[in-house]
Amino acid sequence: MDKIPILKMGEFLLVTIQVDLYDRLALALENDLINMVSKTEARGVLIDISAVSIVDSFMGRILGNIASMSKIMDAETVVVGMQPAVAITLVELGLTLTGVHTALDVEKGMELLRNKIGYLPKEEEDLYDDII
Amino acid sequence: MKSETAAFLKKNKKRLLEAWVQNQMSDSTLRDDLISNEELSKQSDDLLDALLVALGSGKLNVDSDKFQPVSDILSELSVTRARQGFSPRETSMFVMSLKKAFYAMLEDQYKNDPATLYQETVELNNLLDSMSIVTMETFIQGREEVILRQTDEISEISTPVIRVWEGILALPIIGTLDSARTQVVMENLLQQIVETGSRIAILDISGVPTVDSLVAQHLIKTVSATRLMGAECIISGIRAEIAQTIVHLGIDLSGINTKASLASALKLAYSMLGIEVRRAERKTIF
Repeated sequence: MDKIPILKMGEFLLVTIQVDLYDRLALALENDLINMVSKTEARGVLIDISAVSIVDSFMGRILGNIASMSKIMDAETVVVGMQPAVAITLVELGLTLTGVHTALDVEKGMELLRNKIGYLPKEEEDLYDDII
Repeated sequence: MKSETAAFLKKNKKRLLEAWVQNQMSDSTLRDDLISNEELSKQSDDLLDALLVALGSGKLNVDSDKFQPVSDILSELSVTRARQGFSPRETSMFVMSLKKAFYAMLEDQYKNDPATLYQETVELNNLLDSMSIVTMETFIQGREEVILRQTDEISEISTPVIRVWEGILALPIIGTLDSARTQVVMENLLQQIVETGSRIAILDISGVPTVDSLVAQHLIKTVSATRLMGAECIISGIRAEIAQTIVHLGIDLSGINTKASLASALKLAYSMLGIEVRRAERKTIF
């Protein structure tokens, strides 16, 4: 069975989906990704779907699930590079992926993730210093 | 039709043409503002020439090869008249008035032979009826062509996506938004977002006459799709009446950035991108 690689980049996890997702693969990805988040204590997950041209409601739900699960484990999810046709299909299906952040490409997605959480540990440290 | 009748008509073509043009001139539906008398005489002359040649062939059938030139002239004439803005009545009058001229001639010729007069009249009548059907058909066809062309033009010019700044797209929507149009607008916008890598899209609806729940639905869909792509959407140009209808219909636009004018939307876009617009220190020409 195919496996979608999950790359660790500092505090973030990077997933690039290069093949069309079928249901089993999507479920496996969800599973692997959440395990990886818990193992690495990642603060952000970036999913690049620029190569995905076909999407269905199941896939939309999986994306939503990944976002919600990561959120519980204190990691933000950003989906980047969605194709126009995919976006239109998801909207027509009534899936607006609330809770999922989106960005145009990987670069902008990284920037967004950094803005969301990247500088937080430092701030916490400062806060800690202040208290002392 | 008898060959002697055809020959007789051919011989008296000049009289026939005069009578016909006279009939057209005296008719109340004549549009002398759209067509000059000389042109009218010229058109009548051309058609009559072709018709008299075809009459000589004996069989009176508009669909036959012999009548092809007649049909061609008629079609061309009706299409031009449709474009010039003639009404159906005015266009059909052109052929109908020929009938009267023909009848007068035949009556004159067969005064003493009612049987032949009757037969020739019926045949000619049938022929002219078919000719007016051809006229009407092509007239409507011409009108439809005009409508189709206009529809194409409207849909082409009505959805431009403008790049107002680096990273900011604007899309002024003019006219009613229906499902088909929303689809085109959405596809255009999303495509442009991908191509230009813009983060903000401004949807200006000042040119949309009314916003009902369906149009609002379409707008919300467009905004959601833009968000899924990773860009932000601002709706601008919301007039007072539109705001009132939206609230009265109970449509929830609270999750969407809305602004009253394109200028304030642009201002918001600038602040979202961290761009600042300041007045220059040096003297300007205004």
